[in-house]
Amino acid sequence: MKRAILLSLCASSLFAQVTFERILGADKEPQNWMTYSGTTFSGRYSLLSQITPKNVKDLELQWIYQASSLEKFEATSLVVDGILYTVQPPNDIVALDAATGRTFWTYTYKPSPDARPCCGHINRGLAILGNVLFMGTIDAHLLAVDAKNGHLLWDTPVAKAESGYALTHAPLVVKDKVIVGTAGGEFGIRGFLAAYDVRTGKEIWRFYTVPGPGEPGHETWGGDSWKTGGASVWVTGSYDPELNLTYWGTGNPGPDWNGDPRPGDNLYSDSVVALDADTGKLKWYYQFSPHDEFDHDSVQVPVLADLEWPDRTGQKKVRKLMLWANRNGIFYVLDRATGQFLSGKPFVEVNWMNGFDEKGRPIRAAGKIPTEDGTAIYPGSEGATNWYSPAYSPRTGLFYVSAWAAYASTFFRIPVTYTEGRVYAGGWPKSYVPDGRAAENLREENEGFGAVRAIDPLTGQRRWEFKMNDVTDAGILATASDLLFSGGREGYFYALDARNGALLWKATLGGVIASGPMTYSVDGRQYVSVAAGHSLFSFALKK
Amino acid sequence: MRSLPVWALVALFLPPSFAQHGYTPGDVQDGEGLFIGNCAICHGPEGDAVPGVELARGKFKHASSDEELSQIIKNGIPGTAMPPGNFRGHELTALIAYLRSMSAAPPETVVLGNAARGKAIFEGKGQCLNCHRVSANGSYVGPELSDIGVARRAAQLERSILEPDAEILPENRSFRVVTQNGMEVTGRLFNLDTFTVQMMDSREQLRSFVKKDLKEFGFVKKSPMPSYRGKLSSEEVADVVAYLVTLRGGNRQ
Repeated sequence: MKRAILLSLCASSLFAQVTFERILGADKEPQNWMTYSGTTFSGRYSLLSQITPKNVKDLELQWIYQASSLEKFEATSLVVDGILYTVQPPNDIVALDAATGRTFWTYTYKPSPDARPCCGHINRGLAILGNVLFMGTIDAHLLAVDAKNGHLLWDTPVAKAESGYALTHAPLVVKDKVIVGTAGGEFGIRGFLAAYDVRTGKEIWRFYTVPGPGEPGHETWGGDSWKTGGASVWVTGSYDPELNLTYWGTGNPGPDWNGDPRPGDNLYSDSVVALDADTGKLKWYYQFSPHDEFDHDSVQVPVLADLEWPDRTGQKKVRKLMLWANRNGIFYVLDRATGQFLSGKPFVEVNWMNGFDEKGRPIRAAGKIPTEDGTAIYPGSEGATNWYSPAYSPRTGLFYVSAWAAYASTFFRIPVTYTEGRVYAGGWPKSYVPDGRAAENLREENEGFGAVRAIDPLTGQRRWEFKMNDVTDAGILATASDLLFSGGREGYFYALDARNGALLWKATLGGVIASGPMTYSVDGRQYVSVAAGHSLFSFALKK
Repeated sequence: MRSLPVWALVALFLPPSFAQHGYTPGDVQDGEGLFIGNCAICHGPEGDAVPGVELARGKFKHASSDEELSQIIKNGIPGTAMPPGNFRGHELTALIAYLRSMSAAPPETVVLGNAARGKAIFEGKGQCLNCHRVSANGSYVGPELSDIGVARRAAQLERSILEPDAEILPENRSFRVVTQNGMEVTGRLFNLDTFTVQMMDSREQLRSFVKKDLKEFGFVKKSPMPSYRGKLSSEEVADVVAYLVTLRGGNRQ
């Protein structure tokens, strides 16, 4: 009897621990959402199917959590066994009852006033392992906080906030390490990814996204430009346990809009890098936008999928792929074991390039560079898409992306010199579409609009689209009942039919949706949750 | 009487000179919180950690009147480690009220033993980690003690070990719920509102209840902590107190 009690106690405490095996097997417990994109393959696809195209009209608001902050609420929540963890910007962690939205505890962090992020004191979320939550801060610290009570366990300074470094994305846990990369691409930083021991916060490896002297790729930076090369990392990567590779997108080279101080391709800016998760050693890379001058960060979430793809003889075989709708307007398919370029097709209007050479390098369009008088480039500065999480549904076989269509910016260049901690941009973009908050929309469709676009990865062709008048900063969630959830700047949160894009339900949340929706269930009831404005909303079917 | 917190005891025995300052027990209570949060990290909970200064005995180096104390708290003391404090009107009053209350009821003399032995007793024979947590070790069920040496004075610590029911801080009271089907859950309260309860149960799980699903709910008057009177010798208690006094959150990185 005693033994039985002991065993049951052990079982309960084991269940409470989020092991890495649980994260890898996230599909076995779809009631939970244990990593930024749902799984380490990052498809933002859930096996929950209680909410269906038929009953989605019966969704009802269950609770709202209002942040006491006027910064944008960009975090994707985690849910583990009925507890929801999220970040109130800039860097407060809250633990809520996922069914009622009531607070268990709040951990408050006061970032240094030296933090100088380009785009708001924001945070995109957390990672969890064991009973420990991990958060990067806007002043470039990595914190470990006890998930039981919100107490700080360790605090590791990652980089200098006063030089422009910041951590904004949700960390990624791989085995016994927590991986983060630094933002700051508008401040002439030298970007890097680093892995820290989950127990102690000690750095285990560091990979500079701008190679130093003697390292391969260093020759793609003229003079000393590598020292201020940018190539920031500000969106969470992915992980393939069979290959033991972790994949991360990197940001623009610095300065953004004037490439003269940095002659060369500027590796590994605007690239995807595949790193050995144990050592941080580069296995392969693919650069989407060599020598970028349009701020076309490749910080999209790398979506991993195993699909049938024709080999050299034309025979279809299941292949380890990476699906990537890039800020530069192209939808890519790469082989994620080797980095081989397999296909690239525009998913919006694109005028900066005209196809690819045989190695998959984009062929630049003549004259399409920033000038003193300005040059109109499609897609514009905010991109064809951006950091907004895409989704991939293995049921429909479709890739879903939040797109800015018919969207251009006129890029102006100006001379620029580097001063530590100051903006290092070399120009500015001008567009009909405001890049900041929502405003009254006075545009025609051909001046830029937002859409959810469904792309067939095998052909790169668009299968359907759902158009919005204004643009969208919202991520997309797909479910096993063929639903998509997304939103936009207009503040609507809606459900679409994943098979054809039909609008099935909508709610007016009254604030910009600049976060990725996610879903979870508690006691058998499915919830769909999204942040809008300065609040977090959770919906479920009427009882 | 036994359940009155320390500040109330102090307030009851305030000498007339203290009362003439016009401070209320509420001021003293507010001041204690501010002192622990802002001052104890340097001055120590007993107010004696800075050489030559013994706040608990009214021994100040640079001030004697309330006005002088107020100036020092506001402006700091140039050339020393005492920084200017950013306190508003009532906070200043409360801090001075607490300083005056400390010296109005000087600390009982508490014998401090050997901290290393105390740690061994705390983690071994005393089984304190079964309920308490220090740094990343122990249980979540009882109050975390990682920085208890900043928050509580030695006399308070000793009394908590010998008479756990004498003073239970509001945030440390146990909470108990009984569901409609008779399941009883006791633990640590996180939040209580009109319709729901959030708590950690005795198995360290975060639990949320809707009140209409509960037959009963409420605070547990008695502390779940046993008295160590008779279980530990007075030397052993002195050792444990000496150990607790050293816990100042310094193990966190």
